[in-house]
Amino acid sequence: MGIIEAAKLAFEYIRRDEDGNVESIVRALDGIDLDVKKGDFIAILGHNGSGKSTLAKHMNGILFPTEGTLLVDGKDTADERNIWDIRQTAGMVFQNPDNQIIGTMVEEDVGFGPENIGVPTEEIWKRVDAALKSVDMVKYRKHSPNKLSGGQKQRVAIAGVVAMRPKCIILDEPTAMLDPIGRREVIETVKELNEKEGVTVILITHYMEEVISSDKVYVMDGGRIVMQGTPKEIFSKVDELKKYRLDVPQVTLLAHELQLEGIDLPDGILTIDELVGELC
Amino acid sequence: MIRDITLGQYYPIDSVIHRLDPRVKLVSTLIFVISLFMFKNFSGYIAATLFLFGIIKLSKVPFRYMVKGLKAVLILLMITVVFNLFLTPGKPIFEFWIVTITDEGLKTAGFMAIRLTYLIIGSSIMTLTTTPNNLTDGLEDLMRPLSKVRVPVHEIAMMMSIALRFIPILLEETDKIMKAQIARGADFESGNIVQKAKSLVPLLVPLFVSAFRRANDLAMAMEARCYRGGEGRTKMKPLIYQANDYRAYALNAAYLIAVIVIQRL
Repeated sequence: MGIIEAAKLAFEYIRRDEDGNVESIVRALDGIDLDVKKGDFIAILGHNGSGKSTLAKHMNGILFPTEGTLLVDGKDTADERNIWDIRQTAGMVFQNPDNQIIGTMVEEDVGFGPENIGVPTEEIWKRVDAALKSVDMVKYRKHSPNKLSGGQKQRVAIAGVVAMRPKCIILDEPTAMLDPIGRREVIETVKELNEKEGVTVILITHYMEEVISSDKVYVMDGGRIVMQGTPKEIFSKVDELKKYRLDVPQVTLLAHELQLEGIDLPDGILTIDELVGELC
Repeated sequence: MIRDITLGQYYPIDSVIHRLDPRVKLVSTLIFVISLFMFKNFSGYIAATLFLFGIIKLSKVPFRYMVKGLKAVLILLMITVVFNLFLTPGKPIFEFWIVTITDEGLKTAGFMAIRLTYLIIGSSIMTLTTTPNNLTDGLEDLMRPLSKVRVPVHEIAMMMSIALRFIPILLEETDKIMKAQIARGADFESGNIVQKAKSLVPLLVPLFVSAFRRANDLAMAMEARCYRGGEGRTKMKPLIYQANDYRAYALNAAYLIAVIVIQRL
């Protein structure tokens, strides 16, 4: 059984006018089927407004499905009694690092989650230590979050989720507001968590480079899952990706263009080394 | 500009006072302030002065740092003194034109000046030696009995600490919006007070909008991390009284008794 299972999941945003009459209905999610295995690194790609953030909010019980079901670790998110279990099982990291840090000191923020779920004091300290170590932020533990860089803040936010010992971490465009260095920091941290601690990772992004090392990629458009497969399979379909207004990594694009020019290359080249190996 | 306010900003140094439990510091400040308003003669002030300077010495915070905080309320202080000086009826000791200074006036003005100065220094010692977070924790704990009468104590404390966390962020944002508006020709500097106030509108509106957006995001992030109010919550840094805290309480009691005794003499 997978850790996150969605069956025919649909969600509608209902816009109402001042009198409460329905003005328009936007179907943000439509017939989503998803099966995420424990320990997987899943990437969800999509253009703005493709419904990927809406999907992420379902996995954490912030939004509830209009139709269909979503099971997180076997628990139905539509059932309100499960909500706290689900939020503990599936931790969530948001886009803006400033708006999700609650504590005025790094270690206090990391301790916020465990405090909420009623972990005893000594255990909180152990968890905070471990979480800070796993994101390599131990030496900043006494710092104010305001003095950290974007990448560091985002790592603190990840530590805050890790300290709750979730089985699954959902990252909703965690790198959208970061510079390239911060982006690399965050992605490496997430990768390490996935490999060393076996945490299931669901990374929602529109940066193709971050997707390369994932186990499976889903591409969303207009609230539907339109493509799925390994990064290699996905990126070998350069033209189809372009249709969904997504860019492939530069190396892949170069290889694709070379192919079109008649140079004999395999599909779905993802790294510079791979391309060098094929060409030379 | 706004960043320069020193009144009540935490002064990071290690001292006996810094290490005290925030609850002790809150209670002592309260006792000290009450004691200031109990005095009717000078002997009481000697006790208060000794006590205050003893604490200042122990706190290791430079004295001039505290005096700096006084500057902000200097005008208020002057007004109080002037009013007391000229408007207290009694035996006149100095008369000129319509100005009359009485014996009682001089006395009350002097007392008032000392009271206010001590009040401000006394309370700024508390905020200078306690981190804002510690302070909210202490307040939450001290006000806990109030939750019996449905005062949302935990929520108030949580709001205070979130507000403290967001002050620097919103300051930075104000700065950013200000620069953006200046770049588009806004003028915040010139004109009279009314014009200046009006020119703040294009600054305040975006600031409020963004503050609401942040609040929305933060609420979602807190819920995602299982925040559901104060019930069933444990503390990462629970407040536990140490030996020094009991000593401080004893010292407070001694001070209060001394003040009462001196008043009776």
